[in-house]
Amino acid sequence: MGGEVRQLLEQIHRFSRRCLFRVLSMGPLPTHLAFIMDGNRRYAKKRGLEDGSGHKAGFSTLMSMLQYCYELGIKYVTIYAFSIDNFRRKPEEVQSLMDLMLEKIKSLLDKESIVHEYGIRVYFIGNLGLLNDQVRAAAEEVMKATAKNSRVVLLVCVAYNSTDEIVQAVKRSCVDKADRDTERIQLVDIEENMQMSVAPEPDILIRSSGETRLSNFLLWQTGNSQLFSLDALWPEIGLRHLVWAILNFQRSHSYLEKRKKQL
Amino acid sequence: EHHHHRIQQHRQKRRHRFQYLTRTIYGGGWFHPLRFITQCFLSLHNHHNFLINQFNKRMISLRVPAPSSFNLQRFNSGALERRWKLGRDCFLSFTPNRIGLGVRAAKSEMAPFTAAEEETLPEGLQPELMPKHVAVIMDGNGRWAKNQGLQPWDGHRAGVEALREIVELCGKWGIQVLTVFAFSTDNWIRPKIEIDFLLSLFERTLKSELETLAKNNVRISIIGDSSKLPNSLLKVINEVEEVTKNNTRLQLIVAVGYSGKYDVLQACRGIAQRVKDGEIEVEEIDEILIEQELETNVTEFPYPDLLIRTSGELRVSNFLLWQLAYTELFFAQEMWPDFGRNGFVEALMSFQQRQRRFGGRKS
Repeated sequence: MGGEVRQLLEQIHRFSRRCLFRVLSMGPLPTHLAFIMDGNRRYAKKRGLEDGSGHKAGFSTLMSMLQYCYELGIKYVTIYAFSIDNFRRKPEEVQSLMDLMLEKIKSLLDKESIVHEYGIRVYFIGNLGLLNDQVRAAAEEVMKATAKNSRVVLLVCVAYNSTDEIVQAVKRSCVDKADRDTERIQLVDIEENMQMSVAPEPDILIRSSGETRLSNFLLWQTGNSQLFSLDALWPEIGLRHLVWAILNFQRSHSYLEKRKKQL
Repeated sequence: EHHHHRIQQHRQKRRHRFQYLTRTIYGGGWFHPLRFITQCFLSLHNHHNFLINQFNKRMISLRVPAPSSFNLQRFNSGALERRWKLGRDCFLSFTPNRIGLGVRAAKSEMAPFTAAEEETLPEGLQPELMPKHVAVIMDGNGRWAKNQGLQPWDGHRAGVEALREIVELCGKWGIQVLTVFAFSTDNWIRPKIEIDFLLSLFERTLKSELETLAKNNVRISIIGDSSKLPNSLLKVINEVEEVTKNNTRLQLIVAVGYSGKYDVLQACRGIAQRVKDGEIEVEEIDEILIEQELETNVTEFPYPDLLIRTSGELRVSNFLLWQLAYTELFFAQEMWPDFGRNGFVEALMSFQQRQRRFGGRKS
């Protein structure tokens, strides 16, 4: 009985969500959304849970946010999973995070996972050499398995720092131009050597937990993105935050388009 | 038959007018009640905020204005003085009620910082948590001028006044570096008249403020792509940098013709040149090397602790890309000429309450 009621409620939720998204999609929608998933540990402390469960709650929030984004029709979603600075934390914490990541990456390969449901192509961006071998192998396997999907794209930034990405791109462009004496390095040379060049620039960057800083995430690409800083912690983020962010994006979109056309 | 056609035409016209109305409301195709309601709510909310701001401004003007806050009367009387002093190469906007205002305000130039003023931080601010480097995007001059019913060049001149105030405050409160975004590479698309005015305003301000800055021990550096700037401006810039290069109290970095991507690109070119010359190997390129090649190497604190952007825009607009990695961002709703001391104190208080962890754990 309880299961049926729950199913019915879920059907109603899905239907009303579809109506809401139909309304939202009448206006301009962003093509690329970026999330900084901040606040998991604070959430666990607030609820009095044990240390690792904040991140697990964060992961389920991430899955539901991805579902909303793809239902809405947003093609590219980037998430900031793990930064190179986060390696400076306590080894036990880093290890538990790595274990959680390994478990979740492997689950992406399952038949019923969200990857197959929405036809997601997954990229892992970052200095993957800094990860341990198991995680790296799993990541590369997922990238290869989803290489043929083309409907929507998920970019997971693991062991990522924007400054590190720029350094790698600079190195590569120096090597490329080393033999050609006459040409000077242009902006496009650096840009095409960046790992994030597989996606356009983000339209919106959403950071949870109330901090208003970039923390070395997508510095190059967010020059013209709207930055939203939500006070809620990442596991508390829900549909209403996404809708609010998109409505605010739509309000300033026409002005931005005018400016872009001028450029 | 003809009658039916006329009715159809009439209906179409009505539909077009209706669609035009809804399109201007939302820019979409169809009229959707929910979207309309949310748009109304959001614009009402904004209008509400705007009304509150207007109300606050009027209330403040009824009281005796604080000497360091911007007020129109002092600006205008100073403006007349400046026009007389500085000559005719700027646009004049005469309105009858602004000519011949009364006595000039007590100080329209920066007085030397006195020792007594140095120690008085406003309540709530702690001296040990002050940022070393503050960056400011001075946005909203044009919109401010439009709201006041003035011309855009008045907005820019009001902006210079506001900047003067902030520089004074930074010098007094122990902030060591102040970076301001004066002119971006994107701004070159503005009408030529406006660009010429801005650059000549910049040149005039530099010339007239040189003495005051030297007296107050302020060092000026200009960063950005100087290839498109007129020669007279370049000469003034070199002179100002040369004269003030040994000052130590506050370093004012003005970004003209600057964008974050351009900065990283020219650092990359410098490094590529060094690699070609054999000075360094490709494997040795790392973050520290790039940091040294960036144009902000003129200061020993190249990374801002706090970035303030006025006029409510929630973007960084390609200002200081690399250096903003761990900068706290503060977005102010007021336009730049209104920002002044109150807004600056609010930004600093917000900065001091933030927890900066730099990726690690706070324990």
